[in-house]
Amino acid sequence: MEIILAIVVGLLYTVGVYLLLRRSILKFIIGLIFMSNATNLLVFLSAGLVPGSPAFVQAGSGSSAPLADPLPQALVLTAIVIGLGIVVFTLALKYKFFETTGTDDLDQLKKTDN
Amino acid sequence: MVYILLVFLSASLLIFILPGWLKKQKAILLSFVQFAAFIYFLSHVSEITSYHSKSIFIEWIPQLGLNLEFMLDGLSMVFALLVTGIGALVFLYAKDYMKSYAGTDKFFFYLMLFSGAMLGLVLSGNLIQLFIFWELTSFISFFLISFFHEKESARKAAFQSLYITGFGGLSMLAGIVLLGSVVDSYSFSDWLSNANAIKESNLYLPGLLLILAGIFTKSAQFPFHFWLPGAMQAPAPVSSYLHSATMVKAGIFLLARLSPVLGGTPEWTYIISLTGVLTMLTGSYFAITQTDLKGILAFTTINALGVLVLLLGINTTESIKAAMLFLFIHAFYKATLFMVAGLIEKKTGTRELRQLGGLIKYMPLTFVIAFLALLSMAGLPPLLGFLGKELIYEAKVQSPGIASMILILGVTSNIFMVAVSLYFARKVFLGKPGNFPKQPNERGAAFLIGPGVLALLSLVLGLSPGKLGSAVIKPALSAVLGEVAEVKLKIWHGFNQVFFLSMLTIILGFLLYVAMLKKDKLLIYWKKINDVVFAVQLDEVFAWVMDKFVAVSKLKTKTVQHGYHRLYILTIIVFTSLLLWFQVFVTRSWNFDIPFTLRPFYISGLALVIILASAVSAVSRSRIVTIISMGVAGYGISLIFLYYSAVDLAITQILVETLTLVMFMAILQKLPRFAVLSSKKTRLRDFLIALGFGSVMTILALKAVNVNLNRSISDFYLENSYLKAFGENVVNVILVDFRALDTLGEVTVLTIAAVGVYLLLSKPKSRKL
Repeated sequence: MEIILAIVVGLLYTVGVYLLLRRSILKFIIGLIFMSNATNLLVFLSAGLVPGSPAFVQAGSGSSAPLADPLPQALVLTAIVIGLGIVVFTLALKYKFFETTGTDDLDQLKKTDN
Repeated sequence: MVYILLVFLSASLLIFILPGWLKKQKAILLSFVQFAAFIYFLSHVSEITSYHSKSIFIEWIPQLGLNLEFMLDGLSMVFALLVTGIGALVFLYAKDYMKSYAGTDKFFFYLMLFSGAMLGLVLSGNLIQLFIFWELTSFISFFLISFFHEKESARKAAFQSLYITGFGGLSMLAGIVLLGSVVDSYSFSDWLSNANAIKESNLYLPGLLLILAGIFTKSAQFPFHFWLPGAMQAPAPVSSYLHSATMVKAGIFLLARLSPVLGGTPEWTYIISLTGVLTMLTGSYFAITQTDLKGILAFTTINALGVLVLLLGINTTESIKAAMLFLFIHAFYKATLFMVAGLIEKKTGTRELRQLGGLIKYMPLTFVIAFLALLSMAGLPPLLGFLGKELIYEAKVQSPGIASMILILGVTSNIFMVAVSLYFARKVFLGKPGNFPKQPNERGAAFLIGPGVLALLSLVLGLSPGKLGSAVIKPALSAVLGEVAEVKLKIWHGFNQVFFLSMLTIILGFLLYVAMLKKDKLLIYWKKINDVVFAVQLDEVFAWVMDKFVAVSKLKTKTVQHGYHRLYILTIIVFTSLLLWFQVFVTRSWNFDIPFTLRPFYISGLALVIILASAVSAVSRSRIVTIISMGVAGYGISLIFLYYSAVDLAITQILVETLTLVMFMAILQKLPRFAVLSSKKTRLRDFLIALGFGSVMTILALKAVNVNLNRSISDFYLENSYLKAFGENVVNVILVDFRALDTLGEVTVLTIAAVGVYLLLSKPKSRKL
């Protein structure tokens, strides 16, 4: 299954990069979301896949069964939330930008001040 | 010594806060400060001998080996006397000269600071410290040369000198650091005691070349000499000071200072003598065809600098003795002549040789002074210049190796100098009165004190040079040679080879002068020949190089900073994937032991859904379809998280995905439809780039799976989650307990983003930028 998920990661990156290279700002933002999803999945995958045993511990019980690695999960969880912050902020920025300039074309954005 | 530098600095700053009645006399006051410093150094002359020098050591950053070190030995003494002595006279002269200009406060501030920097340079006992003073003189001379900054030529000349000396200074710093690394110290005394280690090191030649680049640019050696004639745009007191005792002499000083450390090798002798000879010839040859008074003097300075460099390059007792004496000779006559040239310009309104003549009637005293200085420049008896020339010839006759060539070129160059000196005197002071723009007179005593004192010194010291030789030149000679040598100066050496060479020079020089005077056409033809033979003007080449440099920089900026956002991203992505592919290629042999399987099938199916949704999202022309398929992919990923034991991730991902979708939908109606902005070709190119990146990331993911990480950190959390933090869900415990501060940071980021979003969406439209 790792191989299939690795292919999914690659495809998500492909779609993400392709959308980042579009001139439309909206597509650019969607590309960002794909990039962030791909990265999350990559980090998650790299820890190894453990089906059906989440990292829950109880008092007294030693580590008998192999549990899923909690560390990358904690990292990815943080990354998902930060990713949301970025996307929402860029989306608002994009909204304002369109309201001000009336264009969705990145190539119109060549100068720093007009 | 340190106090003198501090006094110079504070005196220069004090100018601005002087009360009005005292301010009028600021030149006199500063001249007095200079004179006091001169007296201080003079009173220490008897103390500084070949065996004794003074030094002061102040710790600054001892951890880095940076300390303030000052030393006063024979060599520093020579320069300190010149800087302060001529400084006093220059300030006196500048009082009258600068009277009619605005901004004299600034002028005297720079000039005083400049003199202080030069003094600091010659007293430095640490090479980094010396470099700082060295650069200071470059910077301040920029302000002095560009004093008449309303003239474009002055600005250009100032920039030219700044670029050239600044470039030289930086390469000199590199050289100092290089050689300093050999002995692990920048203190001159350490260099001196480890001179052999430096000379034997591999870094000797590169270090020497870099330091010489600094010296040659500063001292206007061929082929960097062209900035010096340009610098005559400066007011006359500045030129007078710059050419005689400071700035260009800094290079000579450093050459002499480093001579006991770096000198004595074939590289040293050949590179330096050759440069000196070329410069000497260039200077005297082009001096002949100049018609601007200051132009003539500037080229004779180049000649003198060439002679000094040559003598230091020959590096024998005789040659260094001659160099030290010639320093004084040149400083005396060159300061005098520049002051006279400034005076003539002031009084007649012109510096053009063709408009001048017969000034002896109007300015008899000036004539006497200038004539003495010119005789010294020509090297005629009984002036100090004659003595110098004799010594120089002697040094050249005895120079090892290339004596005959140096001698012939030296005599040639001196013939030119004799002719130029006589021609100068004849054209300016004798003959028919020229048509001056102004009626000349000789009022203003301060104008004449400076040049007068110096011209008299040339004469008096020429007649009785003994004391100068034993008290000042002998310690300097010892400092440069690194060993004690005797100096006995006298004016008459008897009929020997050198005397006949002198006679030959004078006679040929006189003949050349007569030819120049009788045949006006000679000079015109000469000039024409020069224009053809030396068609390439170095200062034009320099300007061209600078222009091209700026143009290339602009082109580079335009190419790299083109302003197309997606092309920046494209560059980043392409380079990243190239690097990754390279790494994949390098580590291509690796064991992959995870079997390919489609089980469990529902996960495979889920993967297929994600793949399809993503692909649709990328190519769809409809905004709604794009966004919804993006959502499908996101939810799919959350299901994968869920299956592989990441409950918290799944929950978070679902919430985030929902929020994102809602947000998109909310503003979608306000946004334009997708337009087809790129051509098919562009899209294909982007797709290939994206595919290249995506596939290398797949390989990266597979490799990452294959790597067995050290799980100690994870195990720590698993073991201590319940024991220490009383939480069963380890992921949660990590986030809110073990790494709570990180989570606080995350919350802060989200808050900032939320505030930003709020502001962006709520700002009334009328207040848009």
